[in-house]
Amino acid sequence: MVVKTISRPADFARERTGDIFRVNKNVDPALHPFERAREYTRALNATKLERLFAKPFLSAMSGHIDGVYCLAKHPTQLSTVVSGSGDGEIRMWSLTSQSCVWKAAAHKGFVRGLSFVPFNTNFLSVGEDKVVKMWSRSQEEPLSTYVSKNAFTGVDHHRSKSMFATSSTVIDLWDHQRSEPVHTLSWGAETITSVKFNQTETSILASCGTDRTVILYDVRTVSPISKVVLAMRTNAIAWNPMEAFNFTIANEDHNCYTFDMRNLGNALSVAKDHVSAVLDIDYSPTGEEFVTGGYDKTIRIFGARDGRSREVYHTKRMQRTFCVKFSMDSKFILSGSDDGNIRLWKTHAADKLGTLTQREKNALEYSKALKDRYKNLPEIRRIDKHRKVPKAIKGAAHKKQVMEDSVKNKEDRMRKHSKPGAVPFKAERKKHILATEQ
Amino acid sequence: MSGTPTMPLLCPAMSNSLKRRRDGASTAAAASAAPAAAQAQRSDKARAASAIESIKDRAAAKYSRGDKPLPIKSITDKKLKGTLRRTHAKQKEAAEQAAQSEMLLTEDSGFLEAEGMERTWKFRQAELKKHVDANTESKMFDLKLPEFGPYALDYTRNGRHLLIGGRKGHIASFDWQSGKLACELHVRETVKDVKWLHNETMFAVAQKKFTYIYDKSGMELHCLRDHIEANRLEFLPYHFLLATVGNAGFLKYQDTSTGQLVAEHRTKLGKCDTMAQNPYNAVIHLGHANGTVTLWAPSMSTPLVKMLCHKGPVQAIAIDTSGTYMATTGLDGQMKVWDVRTYKTVQDYFTPAPASHLAISQKGLLAVGYGPHLSVWKDAFRTKQKEPYMTHLFAGSPIQDLHFCPFEDVLGCGHASGISSLVIPGSGEPNFDTMEANPYQTRKQRQESEVHSLLDKIQPDMITLDPTVIGRVDRSHQQVIADEKRREWEANHPTEKFVPVHRARGKSSSLRRYLRKSANVVDARREEMRERLEKQAAERERERKRAKGESVDKPRTALDRFDVGRK
Repeated sequence: MVVKTISRPADFARERTGDIFRVNKNVDPALHPFERAREYTRALNATKLERLFAKPFLSAMSGHIDGVYCLAKHPTQLSTVVSGSGDGEIRMWSLTSQSCVWKAAAHKGFVRGLSFVPFNTNFLSVGEDKVVKMWSRSQEEPLSTYVSKNAFTGVDHHRSKSMFATSSTVIDLWDHQRSEPVHTLSWGAETITSVKFNQTETSILASCGTDRTVILYDVRTVSPISKVVLAMRTNAIAWNPMEAFNFTIANEDHNCYTFDMRNLGNALSVAKDHVSAVLDIDYSPTGEEFVTGGYDKTIRIFGARDGRSREVYHTKRMQRTFCVKFSMDSKFILSGSDDGNIRLWKTHAADKLGTLTQREKNALEYSKALKDRYKNLPEIRRIDKHRKVPKAIKGAAHKKQVMEDSVKNKEDRMRKHSKPGAVPFKAERKKHILATEQ
Repeated sequence: MSGTPTMPLLCPAMSNSLKRRRDGASTAAAASAAPAAAQAQRSDKARAASAIESIKDRAAAKYSRGDKPLPIKSITDKKLKGTLRRTHAKQKEAAEQAAQSEMLLTEDSGFLEAEGMERTWKFRQAELKKHVDANTESKMFDLKLPEFGPYALDYTRNGRHLLIGGRKGHIASFDWQSGKLACELHVRETVKDVKWLHNETMFAVAQKKFTYIYDKSGMELHCLRDHIEANRLEFLPYHFLLATVGNAGFLKYQDTSTGQLVAEHRTKLGKCDTMAQNPYNAVIHLGHANGTVTLWAPSMSTPLVKMLCHKGPVQAIAIDTSGTYMATTGLDGQMKVWDVRTYKTVQDYFTPAPASHLAISQKGLLAVGYGPHLSVWKDAFRTKQKEPYMTHLFAGSPIQDLHFCPFEDVLGCGHASGISSLVIPGSGEPNFDTMEANPYQTRKQRQESEVHSLLDKIQPDMITLDPTVIGRVDRSHQQVIADEKRREWEANHPTEKFVPVHRARGKSSSLRRYLRKSANVVDARREEMRERLEKQAAERERERKRAKGESVDKPRTALDRFDVGRK
């Protein structure tokens, strides 16, 4: 007789009392039944918990007496932002303490633009009072002042050179050392509303104007490259920091259009969800998402190529958001609104702040993978997509849908009743582009 | 060791000397020394390669999730194609790694082998006792409880705790390995079945009239008044469902986490005292007096499947852990093994007397109890066995209940005069998973795992015949899906007649209204369609004429009379 039986010693679980208990693993599927059902349940629970923990609003920084109309962040310093308000005041905020650390009555009338100098801690401000001022945190008075003939609408600094661009009725290129603009660029617009340097291809400049155009310039040749005319006015531009040739514009027609600067005739994607004009846009430093602030009092976050927003933020007291910024670690979002507050939000509403233990990290990663696996199942999708929005916005979205449908129906009918080809189908990505010029 | 085939493994010199000693063919071996070394290397590589291959094959068989690979080549979407390719590669790798991790398992399965003229089924427990270690020896014991028997028993899912219930009202629970008694009580009425719930803190007892739940100290927690005269209890640990069936022939599911009565199904097949759960898909199998076995899920009020298994009442059912095989015995004196995927008989055996109890171990040993006799069968599913693996006799004491202890080589046997714990080598899974069922769990671990299992509780309506269906696209034909829907509806509405709901959805939609209105609008597509139809009609007409032999193109003229040969 040869016999062997399972015989585990008494100290199988641990040898000494000080030891931790031994963990045995056996991946035999027979020992782990209902794999899918259990995974699905976990995914569902994770989705529910995510919605439960979705508390995106962190704090409101108050201090401005008038509305906040411009914000600027430093490209390398995480915790400092400056904001400009309608009464000409500029404040610098520390995000760590969420308090104002510096302020100055900078302009008469609106502060229209702010921009940090990327290679030091100074920053520029422009106002409706036709003055550009360069500030340092250490001083109450501006370091230097540049005067122009026109009221400014925006300013942006070059990534590496001591050069900045301002927008008014024309685009002026300034040097730190000169009191007059070095160059002046214009291509037919009445007023330029915004100007943005490409931070990767540093000599490219994009601007948008009241004549519904978006124009690209090259500052090396000091000449325009190309121009695109859209159906409605563009309010703001943001360059994708990772794909240097792509930029997204915030349009008055409630949509955001992403363009490849090499082909302006066809938008790469159209991001829809706002129910009113989009006022400002900013890319996440990863280039994977952008945030928009709208006249409809909401902030939305879109995937860089998504057509619909992944997230919508709103509060009862937040008014029209005129400026939004992603923080440089892409974890936070800042918004400035009419009501004079700067609000700090989380990029992912359910994220836990602070450092995570390894176990927490693992658990989160696991539940993320599960959610991704079962995201298309109806119950999970329903819970994941659900957002409570104010009645006004829901109503407006519905009304907008009805209007869009009716336009589409009308077009269909026209197509049916006219000669074949007389009413051509037009792609959504081309529909809003009226003309391009080189 | 036979000379030539193993030679390449040895070093040349040694192989030479060995060979010489064995068969004296020295010269040939010496000459082939160098090539032999090269050959040795080659065959080593080949062997390693084949070992890897076998690991991969095993991985494919055991650890793949049964996902059929999609026809990736025919997909046009490049992004989707890439995603699917990556997913497949990942799945394959995961399966292979799982197969490789088998190497890390610390314990080996038990076994019992006969030498020479011996037969394994002739070995008695007393003989076995002499050959096993002290630890195993302590697992062979008999509890003589002649007063309140016969005894039903149950092991917890980790195999650590044993619950026994004597027919005449004696209930006891204990950690059977250390012999520590947890509780002992006498309910002074008939006890028909006992069952542990999710862990050793609670158990259910089917008593004379109602079913009761007790805690580990023996205190009565609940009286389940809905479960009247239950004969059999089953507990679905992942769903937290207690299933009972009794004299009235009602199958009832009680959620033990929320206390809800989830479902009660009328079997319409009379008294029932044979029940088993399929551990693979949580489907309950009931055996009935008319020889049928019915398969049930809480979401369906009629059986999922009805199988006619025996020509007499079904006596016992057991299902293996993989959910593939079901063994049944009937009063017709037969024991049959079924494939539950195809519902076909795999094997059938005659039993000397109608077998009344069955149990299948984690490693697939089948225990059959008939009267006071017990026989255990090895590999009884795939091949027809000639003789049992082991046998045992409880002289004068008919068997009442059989349960293999999980993760041990132990078979627990409740009979008229007590309970016996028999060692059946090779019956249990040697390697447990701590996160799933841990025989050595501490109190803290038990509490932790209780919380986790409650969080992962599967909803009762997710019980289906195929548990892998969740999250999959149903690729069956539209008609099949519709038919399934119809059957489901009919099952859940037994008195009503199924009228297919052709939802008038879209009848008055704007599109339909538009289409109705636009019936007279002449548009290009419609015109084109009309022309095409006309053309086809003309073509058909021409075909018809051609078949008849009539002239197709031209009208008949006077000159056609000369055209005789063409016909």
